[in-house]
Amino acid sequence: MGNITGIGAAILRKEDQRFITGRGNYVADVKLPGMTYAVFLRSPHAHARLLGIDASAALAMPGVVAVLTGEDLKADGVGGIPCGWGITGKDGLAMKEPPHPAIAHGKVRHVGDAVALVVAESVDLARIAADAVVVEYEVLPAVVGMVDALKPGAPAVFEDIPDNLCCDWEIGDRAATDAAFASAAHVAKINLVNNRLVGNPMEPRAAIALYERSTGHTTLWSTSQFPHVVKLLMGNFVLGIPQHKLRVIAPDVGGGFGVKQFHYAEEAVITWAARRLDVPVKWVSERSEGFLSDAQGRDHVSEAELALDETGKFLGLRVSTLANMGGYLSTFGPNIPTNLYGPLLAGVYTTPAIYCEVKVVFTNTVPVDAYRGAGRPEATFLLERLVDIAAAQLGMDRVAIRRRNMIPASAYPYQTPVMMEYDSGDPSGCLDRALALADWDGFPARRAEAATRGRYRGIGLSTYVEACGLAPSRIAGRLGARGGLYESATVRVHATGDVTVLIGTHCHGQGHETTFAQIVSDKLGIPADKIEIVFGDTDKVQFGMGTYGSRSLSVGGSALAKSVDKVILKGRKIAAHLLEAGEPDIVFEDGKFSVTGTDRSLKFEEICLAAYIPHNYPLEVLEPGLEEQSFYDPVNFTFPGGAHIAEVEIEADTGTVHLLSYVAVDDIGTVINPMIVAGQLHGGIAQGAGQALCETAVYDEGSGQLLSGSFMDYAMPRADILPNMKIVTHSTRCTHNDLGVKGCGEVGTIGSPATVMNAVVDALSPLGVTHVDMPASPNKLWRIIKAARLAQAAE
Amino acid sequence: MELKLTVNGRKVAVDVPTDMLLVDLLRERLGLTGTHVGCDTSQCGACVVHVDGVSVKSCTMLAVAAQDAQVTSIEGISGAGGRNSLHPMQQAFHENHGLQCGFCTPGMIMSAIDFANRHTEPTEAQVRHWLEGNMCRCTGYQNIVAAILAGTAAMHATASVEAA
Repeated sequence: MGNITGIGAAILRKEDQRFITGRGNYVADVKLPGMTYAVFLRSPHAHARLLGIDASAALAMPGVVAVLTGEDLKADGVGGIPCGWGITGKDGLAMKEPPHPAIAHGKVRHVGDAVALVVAESVDLARIAADAVVVEYEVLPAVVGMVDALKPGAPAVFEDIPDNLCCDWEIGDRAATDAAFASAAHVAKINLVNNRLVGNPMEPRAAIALYERSTGHTTLWSTSQFPHVVKLLMGNFVLGIPQHKLRVIAPDVGGGFGVKQFHYAEEAVITWAARRLDVPVKWVSERSEGFLSDAQGRDHVSEAELALDETGKFLGLRVSTLANMGGYLSTFGPNIPTNLYGPLLAGVYTTPAIYCEVKVVFTNTVPVDAYRGAGRPEATFLLERLVDIAAAQLGMDRVAIRRRNMIPASAYPYQTPVMMEYDSGDPSGCLDRALALADWDGFPARRAEAATRGRYRGIGLSTYVEACGLAPSRIAGRLGARGGLYESATVRVHATGDVTVLIGTHCHGQGHETTFAQIVSDKLGIPADKIEIVFGDTDKVQFGMGTYGSRSLSVGGSALAKSVDKVILKGRKIAAHLLEAGEPDIVFEDGKFSVTGTDRSLKFEEICLAAYIPHNYPLEVLEPGLEEQSFYDPVNFTFPGGAHIAEVEIEADTGTVHLLSYVAVDDIGTVINPMIVAGQLHGGIAQGAGQALCETAVYDEGSGQLLSGSFMDYAMPRADILPNMKIVTHSTRCTHNDLGVKGCGEVGTIGSPATVMNAVVDALSPLGVTHVDMPASPNKLWRIIKAARLAQAAE
Repeated sequence: MELKLTVNGRKVAVDVPTDMLLVDLLRERLGLTGTHVGCDTSQCGACVVHVDGVSVKSCTMLAVAAQDAQVTSIEGISGAGGRNSLHPMQQAFHENHGLQCGFCTPGMIMSAIDFANRHTEPTEAQVRHWLEGNMCRCTGYQNIVAAILAGTAAMHATASVEAA
């Protein structure tokens, strides 16, 4: 349409102004009259019986309002924190779903499990009072690793689940896969660990609750990616607050990455405390507290085998994975290593038989749930490392083996053996462009040059496919989702033609205020600055499922597009009346309603005014006003995909990895704002590279203490470990939503761990190295290099 | 303790406990919530402000140590067009998409201005090294680095116009 703020325009972000001037409004910035401050007292033990809590010294301090415990919660009839997915294992057995009290009672199950809430007139006082609360524990043996947790006689996280097994899940055809292996010429194998991560959005979590006794209204401000879901889960299942008396506000939220998409115990406890004490209560997590209470990510141990014929054709894939749930089931916990993992193992390949089994395990660690990518980076890492190993074993080129097995663009829609039907894609097109951009063919010269400087140089490649746009409610329901996964949007056209959009997704950095305005701008032909996007307040926005799983554009944007189409449809009826023409003869283009084949037309703004001042208006057949609402439930997932290439150098003497270049070619469907897309890719790749090179959550096996529990110990990626990345889109349209969009929030994180690690292993391959577990820290690589050199010298 | 200082050009006199951090004075007493707290180990840099023109992590400085000092927070910077205009570094973050969730942004911008004051023609590597003390989880730093290079150039261009 040539609209300068429409679809495809790299316009600057509308939301920037408040953030660059320090006028953002985050939960921690909110202050209410009479507000009190809360601190959670947390368990220092990974596994212990709670014998007693003596708060008398704390309560004696002037200014201390209350000390509340799990027993108080129980006495008030507060429910446990519900799990949003109930998965089903082999033989139709439902997963074990132990209770998840909002404050521990009876037992604590991980370091950081909350045992009491201290409320005081200042946060300093609350901290001092928390130190004065005496908790008597009977320390029990703790179990941290999944292999240990499944051993007979291991400490039981829950007494009635003695084997610590939440669910033994499977997908695929076991017999067909076994048959493929029986006939295979080659079998490539890998054992690998997908290391546990801490999401660490820069804004720590926070919650403030206000109870207004005179009206019975409760308001919760929460750092949430899905305020409506918190309202439903907390109101209905935990605290018993009627939905019409509960408002949840998630204002500006400083990054989420999945970490803020769960209903957390803290927000329920703060709300309960505000109602019980009849004072506003504020809690802001400290960073080290977040390390012990934000749900963590990944943490798999896997064995996998790929069966191939003598030409390198994939015949079958067999995967066995242990997935850590930690000490409780978080909102989406059991869904991540199962439904978002197994069905992704086909990747972009034509592997005819796949079987995957996943044992989902309880341990005495912080709960594990979705973190950017959520299951899909784990699947990609496993598959793409295995493909490289197969290529090496067969003496095949890494590119050639992938091409040999890639789904051709002409084969879409493509049904995989593990549930998914990919609607569109062009894997080999992405690969071709990535190889050219990365100068793959010129690599041997660069490797030789690096060797003269004492550095091992490597290049790595990974393809990937993602299933996102969560989700078709019907399919999700079959897989165990306990909620619908549609999205809703209201388009409120004002009498002046300005537009307010009320949408159920939540923005915490993704630029929705710009992207969604561009969709409306494109369709209505009005500039983006006449459009306001409202989200994050359940009293303003009708309903919504929030933002996660790269769903905002494909599901929320589709709901928005539907509502704009309804506005245009109604506008045509009004225009037909005013222009005295038949409705079929009205066309809407460039912000004008015209009668076909004539010069008679009315501007969009004139139609808006007529809708609100209906003096000349078809009132008999049409209501005044111009506001439309839609709920959109997708018919399928969307399937972004692509090819990424990284190049690294490793210092032979120190093991330090230098990530020199990164090329990403991604098929994400229609691009609304290429500037924002590139930003999403940069951030996603940085998080994946962070997992590959430096980040890891380390628990002490004996005590269950989180050893990497602060930014001093947990190595977050900094500016100087990352290169300037080259981001290119190579899109095919999604075939089942009108915008043709697929989503781009997670693709960077899905492709990059495998890409970077394939480069690291390639760099060390002259030493005989075939696999390195993440992260490729200098210490680890130095040991590997040293051992390999000693072995070579001994030969 | 009685504390007198200048914050964003305004004289302030407050009675503060001696153990109060500068960031808490700004956020809790003066309502300047643009300065953020992202960690508890002085790593993240979300709290960077200027004290007498030099970048400081305000979570690591006692408020009373700012006696008689000139403190500038993100709310106190502006461009040549006066109080409501954007500082060249703010403009550069906007134009280069140097922010996503915005939480690290005030600290990044305050740190970047100090960097620009010390470097007239910096390299990308110098910018990346300088950002050791500022974390961002959203952007992969790429557009922040671009913004700081552009903002630094703009600041020096403005300065040379003023000098001419």
